[in-house]
Amino acid sequence: MNKQDQPLIFECSTPGRIGYSLPEFDVPEVDLQDLIPEDYIREHEPELPEVSELDIMRHYTALSRRNHGLDSGFYPLGSCTMKYNPKINEAVARMNGFAHVHPLQDEASVQGALGLMYDLQEHLVEITGMDAVTLQSAAGAHGEWTGLMMIRAFHEANGDYGRVKVIVPDSAHGTNPASAAVAGFETVTVKSNEQGLVDLEDLKRVVGEDTAALMLTNPNTLGLFEENILEMAEIVHRAGGKLYYDGANLNAVLSKARPGDMGFDVVHLNLHKTFTGPHGGGGPGSGPVGVKQELIPFLPKPIVAKVNDQFVLDYDRPQSIGRVKPYYGNFGINVRAYTYIRSMGPDGLKAVTENAVLNANYMMRRLAPYYDLPFDKHCKHEFVLSGRRQKKLGVRTLDIAKRLLDFGYHPPTIYFPLNVEECIMIEPTETESKETLDSFIDAMIQIAKEAETNPEIVQEAPHTTVISRLDEALAARKPVLRYKKEE
Amino acid sequence: MKHRYLPMTEKDRAAMLEAVGAGSVDELFSDIPEQVRFKGEYQIKKAKSESALLKELTQLAAKNADLRTNTSFLGAGVYDHYIPVIVDHVISRSEFYTAYTPYQPEISQGELQAIFEFQTMICELTGMDVANSSMYDGGTALAEAAMLAAGHTRRKKILVSSAVHPESKEVLNTYAKGQRLEVVEIPYKNGITDVASLQELVNEDVAAVVVQYPNFFGGIEPLKEIEQLTHKEKSLLVVSSNPLALGILTPPGQFGADIVVGDTQVFGIPTAFGGPHCGYFAVTNKLMRKIPGRLVGQTVDEEGRRGFVLTLQAREQHIRRDKATSNICSNQALNALASSVAMTALGKKGIREMAAANIQKANYTKNKLKAAGAEIVFEGPIFNEFVVKLSKPVKEVNQKLLANNIIGGYDLGRDFPDLANHMLIAVTELRTKEEIDTFVAELGDNHE
Repeated sequence: MNKQDQPLIFECSTPGRIGYSLPEFDVPEVDLQDLIPEDYIREHEPELPEVSELDIMRHYTALSRRNHGLDSGFYPLGSCTMKYNPKINEAVARMNGFAHVHPLQDEASVQGALGLMYDLQEHLVEITGMDAVTLQSAAGAHGEWTGLMMIRAFHEANGDYGRVKVIVPDSAHGTNPASAAVAGFETVTVKSNEQGLVDLEDLKRVVGEDTAALMLTNPNTLGLFEENILEMAEIVHRAGGKLYYDGANLNAVLSKARPGDMGFDVVHLNLHKTFTGPHGGGGPGSGPVGVKQELIPFLPKPIVAKVNDQFVLDYDRPQSIGRVKPYYGNFGINVRAYTYIRSMGPDGLKAVTENAVLNANYMMRRLAPYYDLPFDKHCKHEFVLSGRRQKKLGVRTLDIAKRLLDFGYHPPTIYFPLNVEECIMIEPTETESKETLDSFIDAMIQIAKEAETNPEIVQEAPHTTVISRLDEALAARKPVLRYKKEE
Repeated sequence: MKHRYLPMTEKDRAAMLEAVGAGSVDELFSDIPEQVRFKGEYQIKKAKSESALLKELTQLAAKNADLRTNTSFLGAGVYDHYIPVIVDHVISRSEFYTAYTPYQPEISQGELQAIFEFQTMICELTGMDVANSSMYDGGTALAEAAMLAAGHTRRKKILVSSAVHPESKEVLNTYAKGQRLEVVEIPYKNGITDVASLQELVNEDVAAVVVQYPNFFGGIEPLKEIEQLTHKEKSLLVVSSNPLALGILTPPGQFGADIVVGDTQVFGIPTAFGGPHCGYFAVTNKLMRKIPGRLVGQTVDEEGRRGFVLTLQAREQHIRRDKATSNICSNQALNALASSVAMTALGKKGIREMAAANIQKANYTKNKLKAAGAEIVFEGPIFNEFVVKLSKPVKEVNQKLLANNIIGGYDLGRDFPDLANHMLIAVTELRTKEEIDTFVAELGDNHE
């Protein structure tokens, strides 16, 4: 790989060069001063680059070569479901009738778009076992907040203003407590037991008249199915609370168990995980939210409805929590997810989960002799190892992750969940072949041996990347968050 | 079950089950209690082959009237603009679009550098010190700006101009409910925020004054007066701004705005039936550590080479959990990249030229309609939109226009009862003189 610094696009700028081709200017020109008051015309031009089209293409191609995507190689990032992003999805999302329609056009002129949304809603209702779905939320965290706002509206509609607390397990994603805070709730933590599952006794202790909801991922972030889910639902419901399902790990249970059948009242999905919307280097995602019957009145508005074979946007929803996003959600990502579901069908989705779970169990068993396995039982779509054995040799989990870069892999999620020491969280997904898994396992075994025989090579990794470990403390202490031209 | 996305063969399955020590795949699901186990099959549509599905979805897409085959005068927050062809080529490089958030900087320098460049471009356009890596869209960015202001000032009231995008106001109301904030609207007068009303409403309880520039009606807000009244009470000034307009207009940062937000859909992002677009969020240095979402910073590696990392993460949900400045996690990274490429292609000169073409063509259309006898409702300066009063319901007029392959303007009566039969018309650089003249002729005597 090229270890030379790639200049910033601003450093490639040469006055006089252009990279655009604007439409012909064919109306009579008026002096700008006559159209805009003088104080409102900017004095200094923004310092944007001046480059040719080829300069741009070379720059971004160089940047792309300094980036690892799922198409570049294996990406077993736990809890992120880095599966293959099908190319037909991209083709469909770019069709003129989907990419170039305006959200405020007359409904009669967008029946294809509304029809797709309606059918996607119906498919997600069946997959989740809920009664209705909104597509408006832009991402997982946004879906969490939307769901919690609905739960709050439900309680308040019942005159129940004292339900101010949301319970989350200690293994929960960080977005859960953050979303609860944005929705105006306090967070209470419930502990995990030695088996890595929610401790029922602790749950009974924290639940009460002030409980608005319990947020849960199932399987949880350790990759373990919460076997006591029905008892937990019973405990929370009896106290008057609602059950919230964080759908980040849905890839583990397609066609095996539905949140709606487990007692959940609200669920959000991450269409950019289970349903192959690409991650895009951090988004855009899509976070639809499904609800049970009694929460339907509180869904964000509008929702897509079908009236006499016409698809319409229903705004007449007096108890709605309101809008959570302008227009109707990240439609382009929803188009991709819909295309994926239609490419898989019911059999395909079932095979997705079965293969994802077998892949994870296979890796877990093969790696168990070399790394500590905190929970020795069948996992679901992901599993956690602990690097505490290697830590005693002076090799940290971070070092193991960095050493994996030398083998051409994106490392697993590390130091999460927080309740496992030196945690390594691996999610292979169903789209990876046995050969790929075996090669990765070989690399992990080699690193475990290196930790014993040659720890420096791990501690000083990576050795082959365009850049070595970066000084993150410096970045935070003296923040440089933008380029400034040197005078 | 054979599928092109599923590489596991029967032989693989047997070998893997043996290594796991399980007799069957079903055994791996034995921890799911019997009562909640899903038996049977999802009642959803059967799978289709690649070619059959492409055909079906091509036909479905064709049921929509798209902006490539029709001529659009519809804006209201989402615009039909020139998208350099190069944009799609860059964002189609799968090293970018199939990557996760750049948590491993050594193999994510490309994405991190691209975001750093995006942050710089947003700062340049808005005149602000710090910009983040993106938000979901302009509407949620505006709501988050109000939340930031409430937290920073420890005040509970938000004043929002009635000339802010109605859907952004609705999103703001939802977020405000979550945080138990009070939202009060400042009325508009002659198409811009009524400064006299602002003066009456603003006081020491107000966390933020939120305006849009150019505003929902296309008008240019008097930021100078608004800034003075806002800061007199030590409230924060939040400006939602179309970043293309800032190619010409004085940046809000220069007027003293504390937070500037908006949507970069105008740069290289298709309308896509309303999303995904791309919000931006920019602040003064003073508010740097309160900004929501991801930030990329410059640093050095062990050998002193320049590199980029996600930084100031102590603000974020995965570290701070319920004390985070926001719950945002995934943002709109790929669309921020698209906007960076478009801003780079336009560059210093193109951005001004494109903004100027919008002003010129919108004013040409406005004057042409006026000459044809139309009533232009608000008289002040505009960017690329203006309001016309019609003699008939807008919906009716738009249906007729669509029969001639014209997508008409926005029906303001939907959000403003006093503006029934008023159309908000957008004219971008893409509209030709011929298209404009046809539109004016087609509107015919449907205006008053």
